[in-house]
Amino acid sequence: MRNSLFKIGVLALALLLPAASRAEASTGAAPDAARQAVLVNMVREDCGSCHGLTLKGGLGPALLPDALKGKDAASLQLTILYGRAGTPMPPWNRFLSDTEASWIVEKLLQGFPDAH
Amino acid sequence: MRINSLLLSILLLSGCSSTALRGTGDLGVVIERANGKVQIVETSVRSVLGEVAELGDLSHATVEFSRDERYAYVFGRDGGLTKVDLLTRSIVKRVIQSGNSIGGAISSDGKLIAAANYTPGGVKFFRSDTLEQVADIPAIGADGKQSKVVGLVDAPGNRFVYSLYDGGEIWTVDMQDTAHPVISKFSGIGKEPYDGVLTPNSRYYIAGLFGEDGLALLDLWHPEKGVKRILGNYGKGEQKLPVFKMPHLEGWGFYEHYAFVPGVGRHEVVIIDMDSWTAAGAIPVASQPVFVVGQPGSSHIWVNFAFPDNGVVQVIDAAERKIIKTLQPGNAVLHMEFTPRGENVWISARDSDKLVVYDSATFATVQELPSAKPSGIFFTPRAHRIGW
Repeated sequence: MRNSLFKIGVLALALLLPAASRAEASTGAAPDAARQAVLVNMVREDCGSCHGLTLKGGLGPALLPDALKGKDAASLQLTILYGRAGTPMPPWNRFLSDTEASWIVEKLLQGFPDAH
Repeated sequence: MRINSLLLSILLLSGCSSTALRGTGDLGVVIERANGKVQIVETSVRSVLGEVAELGDLSHATVEFSRDERYAYVFGRDGGLTKVDLLTRSIVKRVIQSGNSIGGAISSDGKLIAAANYTPGGVKFFRSDTLEQVADIPAIGADGKQSKVVGLVDAPGNRFVYSLYDGGEIWTVDMQDTAHPVISKFSGIGKEPYDGVLTPNSRYYIAGLFGEDGLALLDLWHPEKGVKRILGNYGKGEQKLPVFKMPHLEGWGFYEHYAFVPGVGRHEVVIIDMDSWTAAGAIPVASQPVFVVGQPGSSHIWVNFAFPDNGVVQVIDAAERKIIKTLQPGNAVLHMEFTPRGENVWISARDSDKLVVYDSATFATVQELPSAKPSGIFFTPRAHRIGW
């Protein structure tokens, strides 16, 4: 019972999230708190598999404010959305709206928040 | 008086559960990567015995075991190398050996620990008892540049084999004489080797290439023949498919003379004929495979997947070359580890904060254990496996 409720919850989330992303992309509004938590977890954990949980780098380069200092925010956003040719960095535009990528860049430049 | 003190010590000893005798063959280590801890687990009753904390940044951490299976060597991303006593569940020794590390290996005689590093790129060797450094081999490729080291494995005869990610090389190091390491370098093996694996007979070292298609094969019994490129069509192909998580090569599934390997960027498990080193087919699966792991004593091969399909695990029957089961252990499945006889598989579901243990014969869940953002699961019988 608990399991099926959980599944319904996950399904509901899955249905809601893309719609929310689209809305944000069109209005340009920042992702809401729930979506921000998903994005923080994604950057820390999934981007972290190459860039490190602490974002100090691994197979991919460091994403700490010092390492990104002086880099153009718009080009960082494009790298997230469309990847970087000739490197393992894949495009994430299937999973992130323009606004969400821009929010991630903003947070990376400031020092990315912790997942918990 | 003497008898009294003897009695007292016996009482003290028996009253203290941590000194109770126990073996270590059913123990394991689970990385709780977000909080720098490891859980010490046991696979007989299937429980968490305790935790060891203060291990630093454990993203992509890996573990090797001493040959007596008492100590775990934990390699952290932050370059930390920690020797953990599984019985007392405490840190014996911890050193920060580099700025950014990716993995390790233990020598065939159990006396040397090797750590593969990204920053600065190279391999460092330590005594397994004291963690005192005995050698440092910077990975400076034929291009003169220092390279990240990946795919480090131990090979028989106190040798180690690894790949240079940036330089595109494979190196073997013979550490029989720790004061005089004998290094053999193979350059031009292909672009961006990302991991390496030793075949079960310990004869072939195979590096996966990320920057181009194909695999690099080194016959350790005939190194004079050099590195051979195999499976030219294996890889991302002309379109350079995006890869959302690097596949791992450790624990490839092997069945008869076939190896089952993750397709890079593709939603398939690729089959390699190890007699001819040619492609022998592919099995369509749910997404991009990360680990393709053979179940001990079985033709079953278990596969987990990259983001965003990482909530699914599929089981392939290698004899029939088809998927026989699809499981959903939890969110963000990162690793699968079999008990040595293969009756159970432990699976880490990172975003569900739990470990799920399956009966591999019935696919029934036999246990769930709480774990904080678990990633790698490592059981002590790895101590006796070559190339793990």
